[in-house]
Amino acid sequence: MRYLINNLDLVSALFIQHLQLTLMVLFFALIIGIPLGLALARVKWLQGPVMSVLGIIYTIPSLSFFVLLIPIFGLGTTPAVVALTAYAQLLLVRNWLVGLTSINPAILEAARGMGMSGWQRFWQVEFPLALPMLLVGVRLVMLSSIGIGTIAAFINAGGLGVLLFEGVITANYNKIFTGALAVTVLSLIANYGIRALEQRAEKSIHGSQVKY
Amino acid sequence: MTYASSKTKESRVTQSGEILFEDVSKTFESEQIPAVDSISLQVAAGDLVVFLGPSGSGKTTLLKMVNRLYEPTSGKIWIGNEDIQRLPLNDLRRQIGYVIQQVGLFPHMTVKKNISVVPRLLDWEKNQIQSRVEMLLELTGLPNTYLERYPNQLSGGEQQRVGLARALAADPDILLMDEPFAALDAINRERLQKELLRLHCKLDKTILFVTHDVEEALLLADKIAVLQKGKLVQYDTPIDLVTKPKNSFIKELVGTNNILRRLSLVSIKSVVKAQDHESLRKNPVNQGADLFPAISTGEDLRSALSLLLSSGSDYLRVEDSSGTAQGLISMDDLRKMLMSDNLAEKKKCDEISD
Repeated sequence: MRYLINNLDLVSALFIQHLQLTLMVLFFALIIGIPLGLALARVKWLQGPVMSVLGIIYTIPSLSFFVLLIPIFGLGTTPAVVALTAYAQLLLVRNWLVGLTSINPAILEAARGMGMSGWQRFWQVEFPLALPMLLVGVRLVMLSSIGIGTIAAFINAGGLGVLLFEGVITANYNKIFTGALAVTVLSLIANYGIRALEQRAEKSIHGSQVKY
Repeated sequence: MTYASSKTKESRVTQSGEILFEDVSKTFESEQIPAVDSISLQVAAGDLVVFLGPSGSGKTTLLKMVNRLYEPTSGKIWIGNEDIQRLPLNDLRRQIGYVIQQVGLFPHMTVKKNISVVPRLLDWEKNQIQSRVEMLLELTGLPNTYLERYPNQLSGGEQQRVGLARALAADPDILLMDEPFAALDAINRERLQKELLRLHCKLDKTILFVTHDVEEALLLADKIAVLQKGKLVQYDTPIDLVTKPKNSFIKELVGTNNILRRLSLVSIKSVVKAQDHESLRKNPVNQGADLFPAISTGEDLRSALSLLLSSGSDYLRVEDSSGTAQGLISMDDLRKMLMSDNLAEKKKCDEISD
């Protein structure tokens, strides 16, 4: 505990760096994952092959994935973001796809029959109805990126992993403990924050449960 | 309603409720046998036409070609003078009301939002939408307090009322209804059938209604198109369908030998009118007629038979909605009616008092 108090500046800087890394991953994951999921929902035969590829990527051990990317992107944040974004695709696309494909077909047929264009159907019907599942994906991406992101310190991406690696090398258990504690706090905040959003989205698609 | 429709009429791509199917066929890609096989059919504006047939007869496919959820493999569909294939797809759909069995309300939108989907697509003004939604709630028999409720807070029957209101929102000339009441319980189904009849009499919309339920078809239809294996077998009024079936399939389907069903298709009014004046003189309405049980002109002969049997009386006194005596009806009249070939059709709108 004393380590944390004495090095509050360093720890909070690393905390924010870690959060930034994670949010960057989430940003790129969404930019790629949302259109990808939509495409898979429309073109059904693509689902099998694409999901298997994403599954295979997910099984690559993180340390070796980071190292593999060094020749292409060098050291630092870039290879970390690339690798974490690649991992994130499985979690994000799978949940988003479930959200999209589990919408009652009668609802979509009604939307079509009433003369909504494809764009209007997406924004007014599909997106709000699939949003809770998208947020489940977002939460999983955040949690896994926070976790795996610690290892990214090994390739100079910074973040809370720095405390862990330095602690291990110098056998400084206070440092290790502080790093682990900070990662846990970050995970918990992310988890409950997004969970609250999920519940709100969930509520809005089922209407308020109060019966008058 | 006229207020709502006057603004949008000019931008409409069709101006009529008349629908013409011209040699329409549809074969789905994965199948060899056509789902709809060269059907030609004319639906007069303002008519309620039922597509009746067993599952797989092509009735839903035929319906969905009108709002182009399916495109015909060959043949043409005309609404008024417009070939619908040439019209902008979403403009066409926005002016055809569409009601489906599973209702398909948007669960994340309130009743008000659900009903106003098409008006919002058509960029109506806010207060115009508000008054239209309130009017539709009243029309479909839902209280105003439902505006801010969500679909899952409503019963199945109420949900389908909202579905109907949503389909009527932009005041379409044509309404397509795909087994809208099939998922409801018997009580709600009957209630909504009556409501639909009332609305149809009041609003003068062309309605295409798909069902496999013969009773429902006979109750609702101005004309019934019976489909079998993608082909149109007979297109006739309910009474002609029952009394002059074209083949044994229809005979069995509509129950030509079912006397009660025949009686249920004839209104008392038509019998009283058919009675010659002589018989009226012999049975003077004003002499002792008060003793006979009364029945309204809007009822059908099945109700009359039931009342004759249950009361044990020889005659029934027929009254119009204001209670004025119109004549008498006896068991003998019912028997004569069944023998005769020219059964006058039950006039559905007679039953509606307002």
